[in-house]
Amino acid sequence: MSMNRDPQNDPAPAADLAEMEDARLAQREKSYSQGQLVRRRFFAHKPAVISMIVLLSIIVVAFTSIGPTGEGGWWGKSFLQTNPVVDGGRPTMFRDGFLGEYPFGQDNNGRDYFALVMRGAQQSLIVAFGVALSSTVIGVLVGALAGYFRGWVESLLMRLTDTVIVVPLLALAAVFGSYAQNLPGGTLTLALLLGCVTWTGMARLVRAEVLSLREKEYVAAAAAMGAHPARIIVKHMLPNSVGVIIVNATFAIAAAILLETSLSFLGFGIQPPESSLGLLIDLNQNAFTTRPWLFWFPGLFIIAIALSVNFIGDGLRDAIDPRQKRTGDKRPTLRGVLGFRGSATAQQRLAARTGGTPDDDSTHDETLNLGPTPNPQKDDDR
Amino acid sequence: MSTPVLSYKDIRVSFATEFGEVDAVKGVSFDIASGEVVAVVGESGSGKSVTSSTAMGLLPDNATVDGEVLLAGRNVMKMSAGERRRLRGQDISMVFQEPMTALNPVLRVSDQLVEALQVHDVAFGAQALEKAVDLLEKVGIPDARRRIRDYPHQFSGGQRQRIVIAMAIACGPKVIIADEPTTALDVTVQAEVLDLLRRLKEELDTGILLITHNMGVVADMADRVVVMLNGEVVETGDVQQVMSRPQHAYTRRLLDAMPLLRDPEIHVGEVSPEPEGSLDDVRLEETPALEARDLALEYKFRRKATRVVEGVSFTVNKGEIMGLVGESGSGKSTVAKAVLGLLDVAEGDLLIRGRNMPTMPARERKTLKKEIGVVFQDPAASLDPRFPIGDIITEPMVVHQVGTSRERVRRAEELIDAVRLPSGVINRYPHELSGGQRQRISIARALVLSPTLLIADEPTSALDVSVQAAVLDMFRELQEQYEFACLFVSHDLAVIDTLAHHVLVMQNGRTVEQGPVDQVLQYPREGYTQRLLAAAPVPDPVTQAERRAARLRLLADQGKLPG
Repeated sequence: MSMNRDPQNDPAPAADLAEMEDARLAQREKSYSQGQLVRRRFFAHKPAVISMIVLLSIIVVAFTSIGPTGEGGWWGKSFLQTNPVVDGGRPTMFRDGFLGEYPFGQDNNGRDYFALVMRGAQQSLIVAFGVALSSTVIGVLVGALAGYFRGWVESLLMRLTDTVIVVPLLALAAVFGSYAQNLPGGTLTLALLLGCVTWTGMARLVRAEVLSLREKEYVAAAAAMGAHPARIIVKHMLPNSVGVIIVNATFAIAAAILLETSLSFLGFGIQPPESSLGLLIDLNQNAFTTRPWLFWFPGLFIIAIALSVNFIGDGLRDAIDPRQKRTGDKRPTLRGVLGFRGSATAQQRLAARTGGTPDDDSTHDETLNLGPTPNPQKDDDR
Repeated sequence: MSTPVLSYKDIRVSFATEFGEVDAVKGVSFDIASGEVVAVVGESGSGKSVTSSTAMGLLPDNATVDGEVLLAGRNVMKMSAGERRRLRGQDISMVFQEPMTALNPVLRVSDQLVEALQVHDVAFGAQALEKAVDLLEKVGIPDARRRIRDYPHQFSGGQRQRIVIAMAIACGPKVIIADEPTTALDVTVQAEVLDLLRRLKEELDTGILLITHNMGVVADMADRVVVMLNGEVVETGDVQQVMSRPQHAYTRRLLDAMPLLRDPEIHVGEVSPEPEGSLDDVRLEETPALEARDLALEYKFRRKATRVVEGVSFTVNKGEIMGLVGESGSGKSTVAKAVLGLLDVAEGDLLIRGRNMPTMPARERKTLKKEIGVVFQDPAASLDPRFPIGDIITEPMVVHQVGTSRERVRRAEELIDAVRLPSGVINRYPHELSGGQRQRISIARALVLSPTLLIADEPTSALDVSVQAAVLDMFRELQEQYEFACLFVSHDLAVIDTLAHHVLVMQNGRTVEQGPVDQVLQYPREGYTQRLLAAAPVPDPVTQAERRAARLRLLADQGKLPG
């Protein structure tokens, strides 16, 4: 028995936990709010940060190159203006200097395809953010009211939600899409209307969140001190469910881009001569074998936007949900996100085997699902 | 001393976290012999659970472990995962804190027990089932043969903990690690479960590693004690020696901090020496701060109402602390909820400063809420994580539109000072504070409007003992200073005994006994109160042994002896 650490030699016999805690608190200098912690964690998530840079550059390029109205950007060509077709409309990128005259080529009518794709990206982004905005507002409102008040309010709102859910999304969106064509405001009107069919997921999530927050003691404390329901919802419940809301909104952006694409492809979304990424694919689907660039460029942009928004959502979710606690080896890397984690693990394992201790071998044979670092002292079969 | 069955040698554990490596355990060694109970005592963050889990290999992936754990002479650390898995349950098993979650709710108890036996090749099929019934009988589940087909939710909390213990002893382990096995249980149930563990230890000659924060449980069970603080052992030795002549300042502090009944003896059948009721007569003219008359409360679920409180009457006078005691399910917190206006009164009157709340229009009710402050139990959930501390404290002022923003800040600073926190805390966030500090902030928030009535719903039961002692001291001082009336809900008789003036004992939603603390807690008239008092352990092995005998006598007298 050799454990008694001589208390006499202890410089400060810390006997009182409460006092120790207070002393530690007084020492602490920097104070992080929850928001700051989330930001720190988000910026440590490499794929999300890269995606954010990609998305921001797409937004900047799309809106400045041909200008927000389709005219007056640094690119100089309008997406409506027809030009003589050069070299069968082939892309000049990397052939004629870096960009050349028509970097993405030209379409049948000789319109500059770069300008068209940029215009399409603009429209798709407007739709995406408009849908995300309106569906989030509606969903949060419905969910929060249903979750907080329960009773007949909840029954009414949730049955309404169910009704919207059972109608096929694309059918409903097509109705709203063709309805929006006769309304002023163009793409933004379409976006806001599409939000009216995609809010259901958000409403259900927010309701669930509010239901669990209702049981929290700080909400009970606020109710006990006589706070108005509006104050409790706005000041206590929504800020605390912001994680769910933001994350779901980002995924709604990605979904909205795809929804707009499908609608335009089906002919219910944005109508020519206006341009959108989905519409461009629809118009040029016959050219896929002969002039594939007409198909590839808008397609690539759809993929780039949807992927980066998804990664940003992933990053936000990891940053906001502290239960995920991904640190050190667990922190998502680019390789991990792209599905190459296995090879990294294999390399590490190989390195450990060649330079490792004999103990390693037994662990290798036992379990296949080893963690990233084979550590003989660590138990891996939980 | 016989050879140890389990020994820890210089255990070091560190966790990789977002803010770098955190050393949780810094070189801990101790042994457990067979048939011996070693209690590891410490407060949260002392590393007591982490140390003992190294033997099971149940630490999360971000932990790095150094040192040796020898189980019957074999080093657990050097074993492969498969070997270690065979070890669990067979040579070493575990009893967890929360009986509600330790059993799988979708499997019958029989399936879970049989699984434990079959996994370790102890018995199979009908034979295993037979053995499982034996096990349940051994841990004192009545009518075991029929009840083994039941699901976990059909058993009470205490019975579930017994089933967990049955699973732990299923394969005749050499050591049982019991991690706070009674913390989630009521005192009377705790005493029964401890009795069971003691009996099993003697019958099976297993070593028990008992992890607890409760010095009373230590005195009741342990042969040897290991006191841990911040990942280090500060004191170890025989239970008698550590409890009666503690060497380290921290052990002394832990023992001092445990709230105690002022009189450990139970006077059964004796009459209180002082005449009762004289104090109340003097105060009769004054309007009481809170009065309940024949209060009945119910929870509604799908239009079906369940009465949980019936016919409860009490009075809390100005400047008086009224303790509301009972075990889980007694309806004590429901009463507190009703006073806070979080639950409608089904029947009876609830008068706050002489005005009946149930019949009051909503607007007036809101103004009345200025008079009531509240402190809840869970320090993790009682403060909004998105608010800085200053805003949390002044929220009642904002809700009731009291004062300008400068006055509010001044008031917040005043109260932070009153609850003895550093002034810089005003701009910090709840997650930076410890549990005790958060409860102090809760108290500050409750006092910000200088209420005449404070409702405290188990404000210290989630805190460590030494922190609880500090918070209770502060609470007592503040009560004397601000002279609020207080309804103090607690399951801990000792806390009520040291704090309250009057006490109301509740069971199953009804009043069992009420009166001045001196009378009810020293000369209890009702059998239930006597049983409650007898079950509360004291941190002295000799006294506790006497109390244990006294409790068994009392149970025998009342015909409530289990088994």
